[in-house]
Amino acid sequence: MRATDIKRLSLYLLFAPFALWILLLILLPHAGMMYISLREKVAPRVYEFGFENYINFFNEPIYWNTLIRTGSMSLLVTFLALLLGFPIAYYIAKIAGNRSRGALFLMCLIPLWVSDLIRAFGWILLLRETGVISSSLQWVGLIGTPIEFLYNDAAVIMGLVYTVILFMIVPLVSTLDGMDKSLIEAGYNLGGNGPTVLRRIIIPYAMPGIVAGCIVVFMLTAGSYLTPILLGGKNSSWFTEQIYDQFITRYNWESGAAFGFLLLAFTSIAVWLGLKLSGQTLNSTVADT
Amino acid sequence: MASANSNKAFLTGYRVYVFAFFVFMAAPLVAAGSFAFNDSLFPSLPWQGFTFDWFFNDTEPKLGMFHDRRLLRGLYYSFVIATCVSILSVFVGTCNSFLFVRCQFPGKDFFYILMVLPLVIPGVILGISILLLASSLANGLEETLSLELEFLRPGIILVVLGQFSFITTITSLVIIARLRKFDDSMEEAAFNLGASRVRVLRTITLPFLFPAMAAAGIVAFLVSFENFNTTLFLVGSEAPLTITMYDRMVKVGSTPVLNAVSFFLMVGSALLALISVLVQRDAPKT
Amino acid sequence: MQSNLEYDLQCSAVKKHFGSVRAVDDVSLDIPKGSFFSILGPSGCGKTTLMRMIAGFESPDSGDIRIKGKSVVATPPNRRNVKMVFQHLALFPMMNVYENIAYGLRCNGVSKSDIRLKVHDVLERISLPDVASREITQLSGGQKQRIAIARCMVLDPDVLLLDEPLGALDLKLREAMKIELKLLQHQFDTTFVYITHDQSEALVMSDNVAIMNEGKFVQTGTPQELYHNPAEAFVAGFVGDNNRWSGKVKTVTNGIITTETKAGLTIKGSARGDVKPDVGGVVSIFVRPEFIAAKVSAKKSGKSNANNNTIDGLVDSILFNGANSRVLVRDKVGELIEADVILTGGTDDLKPNDPVRLDWSPDQTMCFVG
Repeated sequence: MRATDIKRLSLYLLFAPFALWILLLILLPHAGMMYISLREKVAPRVYEFGFENYINFFNEPIYWNTLIRTGSMSLLVTFLALLLGFPIAYYIAKIAGNRSRGALFLMCLIPLWVSDLIRAFGWILLLRETGVISSSLQWVGLIGTPIEFLYNDAAVIMGLVYTVILFMIVPLVSTLDGMDKSLIEAGYNLGGNGPTVLRRIIIPYAMPGIVAGCIVVFMLTAGSYLTPILLGGKNSSWFTEQIYDQFITRYNWESGAAFGFLLLAFTSIAVWLGLKLSGQTLNSTVADT
Repeated sequence: MASANSNKAFLTGYRVYVFAFFVFMAAPLVAAGSFAFNDSLFPSLPWQGFTFDWFFNDTEPKLGMFHDRRLLRGLYYSFVIATCVSILSVFVGTCNSFLFVRCQFPGKDFFYILMVLPLVIPGVILGISILLLASSLANGLEETLSLELEFLRPGIILVVLGQFSFITTITSLVIIARLRKFDDSMEEAAFNLGASRVRVLRTITLPFLFPAMAAAGIVAFLVSFENFNTTLFLVGSEAPLTITMYDRMVKVGSTPVLNAVSFFLMVGSALLALISVLVQRDAPKT
Repeated sequence: MQSNLEYDLQCSAVKKHFGSVRAVDDVSLDIPKGSFFSILGPSGCGKTTLMRMIAGFESPDSGDIRIKGKSVVATPPNRRNVKMVFQHLALFPMMNVYENIAYGLRCNGVSKSDIRLKVHDVLERISLPDVASREITQLSGGQKQRIAIARCMVLDPDVLLLDEPLGALDLKLREAMKIELKLLQHQFDTTFVYITHDQSEALVMSDNVAIMNEGKFVQTGTPQELYHNPAEAFVAGFVGDNNRWSGKVKTVTNGIITTETKAGLTIKGSARGDVKPDVGGVVSIFVRPEFIAAKVSAKKSGKSNANNNTIDGLVDSILFNGANSRVLVRDKVGELIEADVILTGGTDDLKPNDPVRLDWSPDQTMCFVG
């Protein structure tokens, strides 16, 4: 029949750009990266297949320490973002009046429209030795000499939380928005107090949003580059820095590729674990927000 | 009543927290923007007086951003890259939306996950994997066929492809969400009234999708404009604005001209964001 | 079946299967020119599939569909002169009223001045002359309805299909629109094919109604025929309200069947349908509430026919609904029977716990085998 021919033709035509995009820009590059990471340089321009690059990684404590540090700090950032962001999301979705809700939500989104670089730059201006906070404190008289707030882990964590928190708030607001207010009222009506209502009703309801937010925040944090470098200085030891170092400074593509793959594997496993533990699927969380 | 009082205190505390949070969100942006108007060689206190020099002055040491050749070039490249990326990604995103909403084919769920995937791959990894593939390809072709393919070397085309690789996921999700809300009987009604397939697409379906396509295009433009992680690995000699600014920050140190650029970008982004909100608000409901 | 110009729409032996589900199973119909024809059936009976096949959105597995005598099975939907009003109307929200109505004319390449003329003419005919420049969102539910019809009628279709267009309206508006649709059909003098699961819509508006169940046409006829002479138990149960029993046939004399229900009531009725019941067979018994007279037992005033069914009971509750008021009477075996009553508001009105005698004729008691 002609109608089915047209259907098939349009399916092929629509599938072509999708296939080109995913194949050429996602699958092939990653396959290539995997291939290169499994190459050993035995002599100039002579390569052999092997796990040398990965073995190197595990033999050198600096490398895997950095990865573990990146991972644990990303977890901490994710947790902090959830802790700080949940009340804000709840306020926007359930407490704020109709008019202020939109405005508050937009204000949350503002940093999204501003580059990472500018946000980090702003923090530098605030936190550095000659920065706004240090000189204000001096002017008030609380401190005598300028204080450097930059280049420590606290600054990095704060900067990262600042950068990613809106990716926690947005999915939370959209799930909490769908929750009927009467659910909460029924919870109170049936004798629950604040904490039980939060634990038994609100948090289970918001779970897809929480998981989605945590996944995105964790991935963004673990993969971030600018914020740790600018706020943590040269010693921030973030894993993406190691990758950059291998690629650009040492020009060692084989080990850079291996590092890249390790980061990808590490974050994927973390996300997979998170999904398993919370009983959600990638489709039901990330795709819907 | 005691409980009413404690409730009130709790709510007040809650409001204070929300307020503090928004101060926290605004602080670095205010700092980055306001020092653009400080009549000083350094972006720090004390306040030396108001000036537009960091935008318009044409002599060193206070060279304004609109006279700084390298910054302007960066702005131009950013603009070119962002335009290409948003056109490409909206086009592919629209195709994807029809593919995933209208078509039935085996493995659809699997392909959908593949489509979402680029969003959760760290930008740095996207950048290096594309760089590796392109360079290996270029090297291989040069050695075996002595073919020099310039576009496979770091440069604008690779930057566009790198950003396109994950921004397309964003545009696809935005347009898919809109197409899902489309009432199929609207297309059938148009057929029924005698329209051809092409005409239905042109007069019914695309106008319905247009607000989402416009919003997706604006988001793509902004995300591309501010992208750093992926771009860093793929950039050649034509550095876009974020890379130029970063170079300046690391090599020269912060000067108020960077504040001027920041201010300019923030205002530009805010305007575009506003447009995207307005476009979506005007979208007819179904 | 021969094609005949008397008929605007004919279907012969149309079948459509989805996998193992027979959505439409061997349906034939002939709709005479200018009539209002309804297809009435419960949801999932295949009526929407049948309509989509007539409009061309689905193609039948076998059988033929003819419009004005010409087969249209091979004609794509945008070339059939059959227009359709969709369940949720499907007015185009990105266009105003004028553009919505002009859409089909533009597709047909009608000139600009003709379009203007025709759009204003049709708006006049649906008595909404001033809404041309309004947006769709500014219209009321009833106005949207009329615009959706105008959008089709401006193209002068051979047949207008309506797919439960009143479903989304509230009750009051629905009642008003029923009458209005009937008037519009008279005015345009076009064949309307109306699909619904709401029997009152079908009965009020139609010249002819087809009852559809599980992909088949069970009975086709005028509303009165269907109501008073249902061919099958399904039709009797589906059209109109009923008191319903299942009983065993005791005797059959002079066309009057005496049955005994499970609970032990004896009911006399008349056989309906093609199959006549035998003694000992099981029958379904239907009695409409308006045929049951409920009288206070003390007043033995009315002369009741000796053949009539009479059952004594107590008024359980009064269901007051103006002219359509009913009583629920609990009989001696404990079942509830519904009967229409007239409640005037005076002291003679029935009250709960009044003893009453129910009385109805065997002619009004429909018995179907099975």
